[in-house]
Amino acid sequence: MAAIRVVIAKPGLDGHDRGAKVIARALRDAGMEVIYTGLRQTPEQIVSAALQEDADFIGLSILSGAHMHICPRVMELLHEQRLDDVQVVVGGIIPDVDIPKLNALGITGIFLPGTPMQAIVDFITRRARARAGLAEGAGANQGDRTREA
Amino acid sequence: MPPPSATRSFATVSGRVIDELYTAESIDALDYERDLADPGQFPYTRGIHPTGYRGKLWTMRQFSGFGTPEETNARYKQLLKAGGTGLSVAFDLPTLMGRDPDHELSRGEVGKCGVNVTSLADMERLFDGIDVGAITTSMTINSPAPMIFAMYLVVAEQHGAGWKTLSGTIQNDILKEFIAQKEFIYPPRESMRLITDVFAFCAEHVPRWNTISVSGYHIREAGATAAQELAFTLRDGIEYVQYGVDAGLDVDAFVPRMSFFFNSHSDFFEEIAKFRAARRIWARVMRDRFRAKNPRSWQLRFHTQTAGVSLTAQQPYNNVVRTALQAMAAVLGGTQSLHTNGLDEALALPTAEAATLALRTQQIIAHETGVTGVADPFGGSYFVETLTNQLEAEALEYFSRIDAMGGMVEAIERGYPQREIAESSYRFQQALEARERIVVGVNDFVAEDEPPVGILYIDESAGETQLAKLAALRSRRDNRRVEQALEALRSGANGTANTMPLLLDAVRAYATIGEMCDALRAVWGEYVEDAVI
Repeated sequence: MAAIRVVIAKPGLDGHDRGAKVIARALRDAGMEVIYTGLRQTPEQIVSAALQEDADFIGLSILSGAHMHICPRVMELLHEQRLDDVQVVVGGIIPDVDIPKLNALGITGIFLPGTPMQAIVDFITRRARARAGLAEGAGANQGDRTREA
Repeated sequence: MPPPSATRSFATVSGRVIDELYTAESIDALDYERDLADPGQFPYTRGIHPTGYRGKLWTMRQFSGFGTPEETNARYKQLLKAGGTGLSVAFDLPTLMGRDPDHELSRGEVGKCGVNVTSLADMERLFDGIDVGAITTSMTINSPAPMIFAMYLVVAEQHGAGWKTLSGTIQNDILKEFIAQKEFIYPPRESMRLITDVFAFCAEHVPRWNTISVSGYHIREAGATAAQELAFTLRDGIEYVQYGVDAGLDVDAFVPRMSFFFNSHSDFFEEIAKFRAARRIWARVMRDRFRAKNPRSWQLRFHTQTAGVSLTAQQPYNNVVRTALQAMAAVLGGTQSLHTNGLDEALALPTAEAATLALRTQQIIAHETGVTGVADPFGGSYFVETLTNQLEAEALEYFSRIDAMGGMVEAIERGYPQREIAESSYRFQQALEARERIVVGVNDFVAEDEPPVGILYIDESAGETQLAKLAALRSRRDNRRVEQALEALRSGANGTANTMPLLLDAVRAYATIGEMCDALRAVWGEYVEDAVI
């Protein structure tokens, strides 16, 4: 199987990039191809990066509370670009009440504070294998919520 | 899996390996008069006040802001009623980035991480019914610091509070934005000009205002070690002093109004040592490197915030204990003011109840524990003095490396502090994953089925309100006057005029923060960083 390609993006105005950078390195150390977009990306820029980079996953790092604005827009643009096979995961501070809404958008992994890096690596690897039909994996849209270690 | 005790490491949270015991031998090179001295004496290792907290307690200053100015105004009144002794404004991301609520990038962000302040009209509402002449206000604002400060000055004027006696702080620390927090707008050198403009303006017109709060807090939160926080913050301080001197200011005319802001993290003794080392380094740098004569230029005054990054979403009530211990370290380290985090801040902005409990934590330390009776109670401790010496040495080593690059602006342009911090944060995360470091409730002592805590949920209503108010403002104000003020600002920015009076004119005309920041964007451009991972 070719290396999994992941675009890690920081949407919105927030500059807190510690989490995005740590995850980018962890995924890279796990053998994935990681493209980090840098700060203040619009949904349009993120989807365009996913298209250009032929990404399998987009990881959005959002701590500012703007996720209910950003995530629907990213999903809508992916659909418009016929990139429905790109899976989106979100890491950051997401209130419990918003998790079902994000799941309903088709966001397949939501990683809350305290999630081990390995859990995220495992999740993406499992989903990529399932997509490639190489192994039994979790369904694509069941909305895992990794919170516990 | 081995039991947790088998993986315990005897290293600080910053990875510093510590010995089993420290003795008189550990500090036999220490000279009391030269290296410590009594509190209130150079080099102020033991504190800047001879009587410690006996003369004056630290200011209990809770950082707060959310939604609309009206909502935050109500929270401020509640905090003051509960015995808070100063205000500290948290702005939302559009305000911090100099964008109006109707800008594309502001969508979904208005009022979320702090209060939205778009124009003077919002600043008037934020301080409605609060006597700005009687309290001190700290404002966490950096790229648009001069614009927000100008709004506050005009509100003070409206309240009849004279600028000569007005006291408070603007963070105004752009270097740590490039290094860690990343809320920058203009390129580094143009940004530094705005800061020296504020130094010069305040020295003449607002002499009791703290013109900058040189901040290590965000550097630490981004993953720096204690030594890196200390080193980069103080080296930033040196850079500001150098730029001020290069702009023709007398050191002793502006340095006494510089203040600092540190993190108080979980490693109790190392944090106390960090605060002590900071005072000693600054005193020596100011006297010996900059030849400052005024003792107030030598004295490092600082605000402290407990470590947001140490808070856990898991078992959030544990955060009350973490915060209390971190607050205790800050007090034992001699802080001048303190913010204690709310127990729910890994999840959201704090509820009113969480904010009150955080304030109560400080009041208990101040009034029940007896720690305020003696200045620098850890002075002379073999361990704490050793840590103080080590941290100082590591900071000075970083100073040499940064000086060799030509200064902090040059080091930032090369990505040097950014890379150092990214390395440390990744190393910390790896130690956590390997369970070399235990965080209760996260990678050990985990509880299943935790009961949820109620959090403050900020919906889109603040954004809608602020958009409507902005539209009304634009139709109500004298737009010709606004355009003239903005044109004068652009032309001043092209030349060498001090930008503060130009910004005051624009603020009085009710120009918005986005309009003022755009005027300078048009002249100076915007900074885009090379992302390093």
